Amino acid sequence: MSEVKTNVPVLRLENITMQFGGVVAINNLSLEVNQGEIVALIGPNGAGKTTAFNCVTGVYEPTNGIVDFHGKPIVVNHPQGKMVKQYGGINGDLYKDRKPVVHTPDKITHMGIARTFQNIRLFKSQTAFENVLIGTHLRRSSNFLTATFRLNMKEEKAMREKAMNLLEIVGLADVANELATSLPYGKQRRLEIARALATDPTLLLLDEPAAGMNPQETDELGEFIVDIKNQFNLTVFMIEHHMNLVMDISDRIYVLDFGKQIAEGTPEEIQKNPVVIAAYLGVDEE
Amino acid sequence: MFDTLLPYLLAGVSVGGQYALIAVGYTLVYGILRLINFAHGDIFTAAGFFMVYLVASVPLPLAIPLVIILTVVLGFVVERVAYKPLRSAPRMSIMISAIGVSYLLQNLMWYVTGGLAKQYPVLPGLSQTIQIGSATTKLVTIVTPILTIALVVALVMLINHTKIGMAMRAVSVDFETSQLMGIKINNVISVTFIIGSAMAAIGSLLYFTNYTAVTPTVGAMPGLKAFVAAVFGGIGSIPGAMIGALIIGICENLIKAAGWTAFSDAFTFALLIVVLLFRPTGLFGEKTTDKV
Amino acid sequence: MKKGNKRLIISLVFVALLYAAGCLIEHTAGTKSMVVTVLQKGAVYALIAVSMNLLNGFTGLFSLGQAGFMLVGAYSYAILTIPMAKRAAVYQYYNGGWVQFTIGVIPALLVAGIVAALFAALIGMPVLRLKGDYLAIATLGFAEIIRAIVQWDTIGPLTNGSNLLKTYPTLKNIMPGNTVLFTFIVVGICIGLILLLINSTYGRAFKAIRDDEVAAEAMGINLFHHKQMAFVISSFFAGIGGALLAMYQGSLQANSFKSSMTYEILLIVVIGGMGSVSGSIMASFLFIACSEWWLRFLDAETVLGNIKVPLLAPGFRMVVFSVVIMVVVLFFRKGIMGDRELWELGSRRGAKGGRK
Repeated sequence: MSEVKTNVPVLRLENITMQFGGVVAINNLSLEVNQGEIVALIGPNGAGKTTAFNCVTGVYEPTNGIVDFHGKPIVVNHPQGKMVKQYGGINGDLYKDRKPVVHTPDKITHMGIARTFQNIRLFKSQTAFENVLIGTHLRRSSNFLTATFRLNMKEEKAMREKAMNLLEIVGLADVANELATSLPYGKQRRLEIARALATDPTLLLLDEPAAGMNPQETDELGEFIVDIKNQFNLTVFMIEHHMNLVMDISDRIYVLDFGKQIAEGTPEEIQKNPVVIAAYLGVDEE
Repeated sequence: MFDTLLPYLLAGVSVGGQYALIAVGYTLVYGILRLINFAHGDIFTAAGFFMVYLVASVPLPLAIPLVIILTVVLGFVVERVAYKPLRSAPRMSIMISAIGVSYLLQNLMWYVTGGLAKQYPVLPGLSQTIQIGSATTKLVTIVTPILTIALVVALVMLINHTKIGMAMRAVSVDFETSQLMGIKINNVISVTFIIGSAMAAIGSLLYFTNYTAVTPTVGAMPGLKAFVAAVFGGIGSIPGAMIGALIIGICENLIKAAGWTAFSDAFTFALLIVVLLFRPTGLFGEKTTDKV
Repeated sequence: MKKGNKRLIISLVFVALLYAAGCLIEHTAGTKSMVVTVLQKGAVYALIAVSMNLLNGFTGLFSLGQAGFMLVGAYSYAILTIPMAKRAAVYQYYNGGWVQFTIGVIPALLVAGIVAALFAALIGMPVLRLKGDYLAIATLGFAEIIRAIVQWDTIGPLTNGSNLLKTYPTLKNIMPGNTVLFTFIVVGICIGLILLLINSTYGRAFKAIRDDEVAAEAMGINLFHHKQMAFVISSFFAGIGGALLAMYQGSLQANSFKSSMTYEILLIVVIGGMGSVSGSIMASFLFIACSEWWLRFLDAETVLGNIKVPLLAPGFRMVVFSVVIMVVVLFFRKGIMGDRELWELGSRRGAKGGRK
């Protein structure tokens, strides 16, 4: 479906375990997302999908494992302190000799990973336009003095043009000056994607982009995701519950259940996989 | 060495106990409303003024319970008028309201007293001088820690073994769910303020036996220190608040003993900042995590 | 762009008219009149309130350290500007003190801001990691520590301990007869700079942090870096505000910079509207006018005919005043302006952005 698919991994998770106190939320998850692919992460509620996103984006520090982005480790950790004793996952001493690497979420975004949130998190006192404009802040070259004294007029103009351009691409130019939170739900989802695109990502993480949408909106969203993927030369990694959408646009799918990966493959393979049907599709009507 | 330090230690334990009684009010309210009740120190001051004015008209044995009742009424009214309407407002608004109440109470007390310091009446039992080892002190020094411990134990029993105590614990864990479970939130919150104010009133009886001048702003500093004690002990924990208060009281007096009187207040805040940075949940607090 | 220009010109003309009016009032009513006092102190408070709003209203950091940074600014200014000839008398207990030079008023105002900003940078490193009410109480604590240190005897030769600092240049003696103009100019420049900052890409980042920290961080905004920036800049202007307050008062003592001063400023910010610069300015003048002037009659015991008017006595003014504030806090939580600006009224929300 996508034209620029390759086998070059953009994102690679290796033996990622995330443990909160005694609860192992993700257990030894390994997966790869290649350049130009759309990869879906599916699984029942509470399977640990959003936790996996949070480990990639720096919101959580995984207890164990490595995350590589374009071949460079952006997260490395092994059980430390109290966790050495409490650790409930496997491969606990695989990375014992590696120096832990931790980055704050803003740093990860700088590197080129942008995300949206499961429960939309727009800047509520700002307009749609301003929301996207904030996404351009991280690529600034001005400092607070040059910005205060308006010595960055050229850059500021470029930022505004870029934000407006993005709004046009996602089809929200007509509501640019509306308060973001006054927009209908579907438009808020698109706005969140536009805002993420404003940070110039190479990898886009979408956390349930179709949540709360009707079938028609979901179909449109699918086309939209493929469009922007091609237009911005992106790689997309998404969590989604709408099976139609997942099966339509994904190149590959990973299935997570109780924190463990139970299957991996193309949509056709996943649809036929008895383990998945038992654990997931069997429970769900779809 | 010990002989010279003894009076300071005694004073520390005593003032620490008094802070503890104020700190209970902070920690209870914070546990339930997640609100730093900035007006609590002023309620403590008001208790001092109630005593000053009551003693002028009624006999002492009657004045003491009246002080406690009036303070409780004040605490109750403050909650109903200034905090209850903001139940669903952002937390910052409630905190601002608390600051507003503090400002109002201070100005009100200034108006009533004409801005003059009032002499606190002598409470016969408490002001008696006694001899402990080489130190001469007032009886209040001994009474305070005993009374404080007794009250804290009673309060912990109340919270752990009565129905209202159970409701308080439930509300502090989850406000909305306990409301759905049929707990009358407003009653629980009122009880919390009533207990806190009663403790502050008892604290004021003991405190002003040593520091006899009552002014409208006299409660601000002990109030803040008691809050620090509550944070130090782990906000929400009553025994924690008591232990935190005793440690602060003792440290403060030892600093005075070392001749650094000017820094005794600053020390409390330095301690606060160190605690917040290295163990924000305090000595006995529980850890919580945010969900994204 | 055209529309924006027109709006800007109207605003500038409006400001110029205000300045002219201020001047005129001082020339007709005289420097000692009540209205001039209100204009001076109101302007000083406007700057301080706007600086606090930058932090509390625009960045969403509930900080209560403003009085501490004002104190640092006020002391820096006074210490550097007391004339050489007067130092022996002021620092009579400390052999004339350590500082044996004097700088001009304007450089001293700048230094006042810079020293306050340095303090903020140091304090911000640990405390800005704290959230919500913990940040409030930690900044309040630091303000108290600063106040204790300033009065510490050992550094008395620098700060004059707990004694008064005086004889430094005040509003009355640097531009006699034009005190309002001077205050307005300094305050106007400072607030103008804050406005430029707020409307820059950094200001947008601050507002993003206020609205949603998690989302702001996901947008690549370094939380600590930006919070620190807001904290330091706010303190810089609070420092200048403190210095101006010292100039207004004529003498200086650390004990007047108590937490109640911070509370007062916070209440001004709330009355004006969290996140509105023009609201803070209006609320400052209103607050000062009420507390210093319009409500004065409430403090005077008055006899009408043969009846003494009940309740009127010293202190009643502040009671009425705080009741009014409570009414605002409880029932008009958005304050005068909410998070809008005077010059945005009548235009559709956010019309300043968008296509140009």
